[in-house]
Formats: sequence, C-alpha cells, structure tokens
Amino acid sequence: MTSRDTILAAVRANLPSPAPALPEIPLFERTAGSLLDEFQEALVRMGGKVVDERSGKNLDGFVRSLFPQARVICSATPEVEGTRALTCSASPTDLADVDVGIVRAAFGVAETGSIWLSEVELQVNALAYLAQHLVALLDPSDIVGNLHHAYRDPRFKTARYAVLVTGPSATADIEGVLIHGAQGVRSLTVLPLPRPIGAAGRSGA
Amino acid sequence: MRRIDHAEAASDFIAAKEHQAFHDRRLWDLRLKRDREAHGIPEWEELRSLASQIKEHTLSRLADYLEEFEARAKENGAQVHWARDASEHNQIVFDILSARRAKTLVKSKSMLTEECDMRPFLERRHIEVIETDLGERIQQLDDEPPSHIVVPAVHKLRGDVSTVFARTIGAEPGNEDIHYLAETQRRTTRPYFLNAEAGMTGANFAVAETGSFVVCTNEGNADLSANVPTLHIASIGIEKIIPKTEHLGVFIRLLSRSALGSPITQYTSHFRAPRDGGELHIVLVDNRRSERLGMRDFWYSLKCIRCGACMNTCPVYRRSGGLSYGATYSGPIGVIIDPTFNIRKYSNLPFASTLNGSCTNVCPVKINIHEQIYKWRQVIAERNQLPFVKKEMMRIAGKVLADPKLYRAAISATGLAIEHLPRFALYNWLNPWGRQREVPDAPQQSFRSWYIAHRNLS
Repeated sequence: MTSRDTILAAVRANLPSPAPALPEIPLFERTAGSLLDEFQEALVRMGGKVVDERSGKNLDGFVRSLFPQARVICSATPEVEGTRALTCSASPTDLADVDVGIVRAAFGVAETGSIWLSEVELQVNALAYLAQHLVALLDPSDIVGNLHHAYRDPRFKTARYAVLVTGPSATADIEGVLIHGAQGVRSLTVLPLPRPIGAAGRSGA
Repeated sequence: MRRIDHAEAASDFIAAKEHQAFHDRRLWDLRLKRDREAHGIPEWEELRSLASQIKEHTLSRLADYLEEFEARAKENGAQVHWARDASEHNQIVFDILSARRAKTLVKSKSMLTEECDMRPFLERRHIEVIETDLGERIQQLDDEPPSHIVVPAVHKLRGDVSTVFARTIGAEPGNEDIHYLAETQRRTTRPYFLNAEAGMTGANFAVAETGSFVVCTNEGNADLSANVPTLHIASIGIEKIIPKTEHLGVFIRLLSRSALGSPITQYTSHFRAPRDGGELHIVLVDNRRSERLGMRDFWYSLKCIRCGACMNTCPVYRRSGGLSYGATYSGPIGVIIDPTFNIRKYSNLPFASTLNGSCTNVCPVKINIHEQIYKWRQVIAERNQLPFVKKEMMRIAGKVLADPKLYRAAISATGLAIEHLPRFALYNWLNPWGRQREVPDAPQQSFRSWYIAHRNLS
C-alpha cells in the first residue's frame, strides 16, 4: 500500500462518530457607520496609514512627496507610473532594490483594516514583500464589512495567490516590543481613491 | 527513554527570577489583550461554537475531505505527497530538494517541522536551513527548540538575544537595543531570501473545496519564503483541513485575537496554485494523528488551531517556561498531545497543571483541555506510569480517605505532626509539594469534633 492509502485507511478506521452537521455561517451583519472610517481605524491600530488624496491628480508627484528619499518606485497599477515599469514576467529578485511598491487593492475589509491582493493586482507577488514600503490605492466603495463578507468573494477560488495585508510587516518577538519592518515592508500607506472610470470593480468582472 | 521531569526542568527557569517574572507578565499581557478583543465582538461565543462544530464535523469525515483537498490541489497544479511519519516527511522534503539541487531552504515557522525534527535531518545532508521568523531564528542560532508555539523566544530577554546575535551573526557585542537587534536579523536574513533555491511554509488551514492552504504570519517571512524562490514546499498536518473557504471567516476572526490579541495577523496568505515558472509541493503528514483520531477521549485535541491562548493563560506554563516540558508542544495543549507520541516519556506532563480550567475557557475551538488532562492522569495511572512516590502516596491517601476511622485518626495525628515533627520529617523528597510551600497550620478543631460539640445546641 502507498503511504497515501495507508493514511487514508487508518483515518477511515478511526473516524469519530456520529459526524455532527456542518453549520451554516452567518454574515454577522452590523449596522455600522462609514466603512471607510472603520477601515481606517482598524488599519491604524495595525500600524498602517491612511492618507486622503482624493483628487487623484498627479498621483506620481504625490507618492514621491510621501517618500522623498525613494530612488526606485515600482508600480503594479497603470494609475501610477513610478520610476521602473513592472511586468508580470519580472523575476522576484529583480525587485530587491525597490524602495516603494504601488498597487491597487481589489477590496478592503473594514473590520480588520485589511486589503486584498492577488497575483492579478501585484503582477509579481514579491513586490508586496521585497519593497521597503508599500502604497495601496483603495476605492472606498470596494470596502466590505467583515471577514465573513470577504470570504464570500469568488476571487478566493480563482486567485493562485491571495493575501489579506493588514499593516506593514511586524514583530514583537523580543520582549514584546513592537517593531514595524520585520522581514517585509516597513510601512503600508493606503490611499482611498475611486477607481478610474471604466476600470474593473470589486466583483472582479 | 527517559521520563521528562517537568518540575526538575522548571527549577532552572524558576531560578532565573528576572526571566521568570518577565515571562509571566508578558504572557499574561497577551491573555489580557485576547480578552479585550474577545469582548469587543458580540458574536465571540457563537464563533467559538461554530469553529468547534466545523472542526468536529471535518474530523468525523476527515478521509473524504483529505481526498477532496488532494484532488483540487492536483487540479491546481500542485504536487501532493503523503507522509506516514516524521522520517518519511523528512525524506520526501530532502528528495524534492536534492532532485532540484537545492542547497538552501528558507522557511517560516512550522511546529510540524519541529515535530519531525526536520532541520538536523536536512543539515546532515548538507542542506542549509534558515529559519526566517525572528523568534525562531533566535532559537535556531542558540541551538534551542522554540519554547512557545507562537512566540518562540518569549523566555529570552534582550540581553540574551544580544549575546546570541553577537556570537552568531556579527551583531555589535553589548548592543541590547531591540530595534537594532531586529534590524540586524532582517539585514542578515534578506540575502538568504534572494538566493535560496527553495522556500518552505507550514499551514494554519487547508481548504478542501479549493485545494488551497492558508498561512498566518506577522513578519512577512512566509510570503517571502513562498514568493521569492521558485520552489515552495508546504508541510501540512492532516488535521488542518476545513471544508470551505467561507469557514475561514470564522477561524481567521478567532486565530490572532486568541493568540496575540490583534484582530488579524499582518499577513493572511492563501496559496492555491504555483505561480508562473514556480513549483508547489504539498506534504500531508500523519505522524500519529490518525491514531489520535481513534482515541475516544483524546481526539478532540486534533481541533487545535495552534493559537497558544491556553499557554498564555496557564499559571504553570507562565511560571515554568516552555522548554521545561521537554517536548515539541508545551503548555496545556502540549500536555494532552505529547503523551500520544510517547506515554512513558511524557507521563509527568499531565501533572503540570492545576486543573483550573482556564485553558478550556479561552480555547477558540472549545477543546475540553483540562478534562483531557485529568483523563490522561487516569490513563497514566492505569498503565502504571506514575513515579513511585506519587503512586505510593496516592495509594495510602486512597486507603485513608476511603475509611472514616482511619481518616479521623490521621487528621488528629496530622495536627500533632505539623506542630511537633521536625522540619526534615515534613519537608523531604516524599513531599515535593513542600518544596516551595509551607504546610499550613492545622486548625485547632476538626469539623467533625466541632459538629459533635454543637449539634445539640440549637
């Protein structure tokens, strides 16, 4: 017998019974205020920043003003040009020297202050980790209430890689002292900014 | 196989007063943060019930869900391997690496690979293994196992870390600044991410309907390990399966709130299929889980989502430190899992508990931990695995407590004994309880003599 068959046979022989039914998962809806406000409050708690720049004019200049020292700005969204073009064929290690990565989040989660990214948004997944700083554009109308809503999104079933990013990378492994910029980005800045007219919305259509 | 003596091992930890006081405070702080998060969600108790039901349902049909997971994962382009035990797991990982001439493996924290003792196995075969989580890296460089499943180096203070880093990765000797120490680890780990041929992660959950798995971390190291090298290997215990994506809503809401008192980890990463030009291998590991599934009283421990809340709340764990358990899993959850691996070696561990039930109260998947600890004590006594002193004392106590005449005689004798016996007769190896405690003064009168004297007065 293969190991697979041995394991499955042992599991089958030892199954506890009776099997309780699988429960329905409610959405735990709440009548809350503004989802953007809730999102912002949650994200700030997790060490992220929300910077309001709704005009959307000269985004490149605005990002540059946030990171005046940055030499390499690499954008995965056509809304920002940056200093280096990113294509999905780039090798992850090409991003080792990126100071600022820019991406448009597919959606956000108000409860936790998370943004959702996949290989579609990132082009190269490592952009969200090898860059020193990450800036994410988020359409306020793309924010859902809580994680139960988030996990109903069909893109979880089609994305090869999907991540809920909630603030910058962090550690408290030495004496519980919180440090932002553990192994991944040192900061996360979210810009609430409607999608350009005609761009795909949060249903992923 | 030597029996682990938890009390003896803990005495070293207890002797380091500053460490013990900090350890106790830090973990209790995590417990308080957990409480604040739990109280902030009106449906918290409902979420715990749902999580428990989902896990019990899944474990009751585990074989079907494993087959579903495997089928979906293969359709997604992942390669699925099955390992009956630790050595088969390690061999599979080695074979994958050596077939691709991989020399360096960057990995994120995984209790399963600790359980399998994988690192020394690969290192003996000339594969360099780099732990990339800060706490885990500290422990690797200090040649110690993790002492906590979520915060591996929680028993160390900044001075200890500074000494380890100065000795191993070129940190400035004597510099105990925590930002500096963390930055030094970041700076020295980054080149490994960029140059390693292979990356490894564990998994917190594996979803049957999509064949995907989920990794929850704060440092970004799992995502670097998985997204920079071309090869990604994930080691997953077979009990990690849940049926559907929507169930993640329940577990992710509970996990980090229970573990660290934060609403979610910084990164909740879902891996379904290899990226372009990449390879994804999944190793499903049994290592006695199927056997545990068949234990009528103990299969519930397979519901565990490894949050560590039971450890943070446990008065014994907080004061004795994880390393004193001498096992991969420490604290209350360790106490009920470890004897399934080796009942003799770990027969002392179920006694490292006050049975206060706090572990059960904070468990996000409602494992009846303290009841299982009590049941393990019975099993260990039945299998004759009690140490001699404990067994003899219990035998004598059993006789005395079962016989009212003997009991009354003993009570009056005890009062006299405490008053009149010299210390060496009361505080000796027959009385481990008295090592850190004073035997209380006996009351002047027993309840029975008081009752007899008073019952006719009203």
